[in-house]
Amino acid sequence: MSSEIILKVENIGKQYRLGLVGTGTISHDLNRWWNRIRGKEDPYLKVGEANSRNEKGNSDYVWALKDINFEVRKGEVLGIIGKNGAGKSTLLKILSRVTSPTVGEIKTKGRIASLLEVGTGFHPEMTGRENVYLNGAILGMTKAEIKDKIDEIIEFSGCLRFIDTPVKRYSSGMKVRLAFAVAAFLEPDILVVDEVLAVGDAEFQKKAIGKMQDVSTQSGRTVLFVSHDMAAVQNLCSRTVVIKNGGVNFIGETSDAISNYLSDDNRNSVQFHGRKGSGIVAIEDIEVVSENFGNNIQTGSPVQFIFKLKNRDKVKRKDIRFDFRIDDEKGQRITWLSDFVVSNKQSPDDIINSIVFNVKRFPLNKGIYYITTYLTVDRTVSDWIQNAYSFSVVGGDFYGTGKIPPINQGKTLLEYDVT
Amino acid sequence: MKTAEEHWLYVISSKKKLLDLNFKEIWNYRDLLFLFVKRDIITLYKQTVLGPLWYLIQPLFTSLIFTLIFNNLADIPTGEGVPNFLFNLAGITSWNYFKDCLVGTSDTFKKNENIFGKVYFPRVIMPMSVVVSNLLKFGIQLLVFIGFYIYYLYFTGNTFNVMPQLSLLLLPLLIGLMALLGLGFGMIISSMTTKYRDLTFLVQFGVQLLMYGSAVMYPMSYFKDKLPNYYWLIEWNPIAIIIESFRTMVFGVGELDINKLIYTIITSFIIFLIGLIIFNKTEKSFIDTI
Repeated sequence: MSSEIILKVENIGKQYRLGLVGTGTISHDLNRWWNRIRGKEDPYLKVGEANSRNEKGNSDYVWALKDINFEVRKGEVLGIIGKNGAGKSTLLKILSRVTSPTVGEIKTKGRIASLLEVGTGFHPEMTGRENVYLNGAILGMTKAEIKDKIDEIIEFSGCLRFIDTPVKRYSSGMKVRLAFAVAAFLEPDILVVDEVLAVGDAEFQKKAIGKMQDVSTQSGRTVLFVSHDMAAVQNLCSRTVVIKNGGVNFIGETSDAISNYLSDDNRNSVQFHGRKGSGIVAIEDIEVVSENFGNNIQTGSPVQFIFKLKNRDKVKRKDIRFDFRIDDEKGQRITWLSDFVVSNKQSPDDIINSIVFNVKRFPLNKGIYYITTYLTVDRTVSDWIQNAYSFSVVGGDFYGTGKIPPINQGKTLLEYDVT
Repeated sequence: MKTAEEHWLYVISSKKKLLDLNFKEIWNYRDLLFLFVKRDIITLYKQTVLGPLWYLIQPLFTSLIFTLIFNNLADIPTGEGVPNFLFNLAGITSWNYFKDCLVGTSDTFKKNENIFGKVYFPRVIMPMSVVVSNLLKFGIQLLVFIGFYIYYLYFTGNTFNVMPQLSLLLLPLLIGLMALLGLGFGMIISSMTTKYRDLTFLVQFGVQLLMYGSAVMYPMSYFKDKLPNYYWLIEWNPIAIIIESFRTMVFGVGELDINKLIYTIITSFIIFLIGLIIFNKTEKSFIDTI
């Protein structure tokens, strides 16, 4: 309870009409109006179903968001994660007042500025400098404020040489840099950011993330951060909201939120898409368990990777070869585990239904990791699944010294001592 | 803590007041208004050869054609001693300002869908900036008109019976009324087009029809003489009244009807207010329907 609540979201709901806006809208409008002048409730507000992308509903109206409640404290960086279509963008649109909620209220004590997309309102015919002024004003700065910061903005963007050239001659990367630079020098009390970090080259992304961190830690501003990049969320956010089917599914510590989001993910979508192979022996289920933490894997703790197999043709152990790879969330290969390079305790003639890999002290640092499995029967691919499973790792005391190695220094930890 | 809880800066909710315009907020965004105006002006004629000359070409040629067709061919009298060309130029200059305001604001939502969908600022800034940047264009065209006025008065050798009136002091009022009307109608149309696209087509030819009903190329008195049965069609058209008043002020022909002017003022404000209310209502959720 260290700082006051700066933003309060109460029972926010947003209803959309599905299908074409066109036929029937006049009759619905008239019906609505007729009900209103008689002092009755909007008849179409009652119908409507929860937002679920995959199921076919009966009603033309759908609640993109329903009963959203949360609070944000001053200086907090709140992450918002959820699958495509869960309602994140709608929530952001409501927060940034692009559209209004159907029901509910959002109360705020500070100015909200949103970066739903950088470079909004850039005019290709105007020079970079002119666009900085225009874009800054669109985002809510006054001319005097921009004038004060224009040199810093140009410097941050790294576009000094081209600043008096029309923006239409810029490369798309330069446009984005300039646009982000303007946004970075905004000084709202609450900043709403949506995926803007997914632009620019690696160097600029680093700069952008650094700037975001500065915004919250040094100037004590509140940030609402929406992203699919779990690593960025984990790095930046102290607390995270998981939005699912238009409602708040979880709210709390970022690492818990991420594992909530991912565990949900596994059961539904990531698993077993785009698998290749004959399917004679196929993966049925994957589980990663940590002794102390269940589905939460902690660095330094014992971890089991359990692969359940569907072995209809009763293939023997000796004919099966299985390995899997662990990638980080950016798709970089971290390590490879195989029954080929280590000794195998199952006997060659067993007809097996599962393979278990035991790791005594899990050596990967905090983060999100993906498993790609590869299984062959008699040297032909039987089941090969890209990103079959993902799991999150929470930082742990790998060295038993009470000190946790910083994530930005490395993903893998080695056992060593210093003499 | 209880008292602190009450101090919210603002509340985002669905409750729609009939007119909830935050004038302080609009004032805070005044820089944006002027930057939009600047943008409109500097980008309008980029990569054109004649550039701002287009501001002049359009009214001059239209007046020329009007003089040819309506005065020389159709023999519409322009009042005693008023040069035909000047008469038409006066009509077109004032009509153009109204028309530009109307057409420029009538697609506010559709044209700015991209910006409006991404970031919040008081939406009304957008149509206001259109009205202001058109004011500049109007100013240039007015200067051209004054140029021709002086030319006709002193350099043609003919004696024309035209004289600016003291009532010319009311010109800013007329301009204001045109802006209000154009803005009001434009906001109504732009709000309705978010849902019913049909209106875009209506604007295109409706504006053209309206010009014929707004006494641009004929004096109202002539219409009254020729078609007394249809006079009611234009008699209470506020734009016709404005254009007629403008000509009366600059040429000194005809009479300035104070009652009609007051009627126009009231109508303009009502239309502007209706436009503002509808616009205000639409801006909250248009992004869902457009």
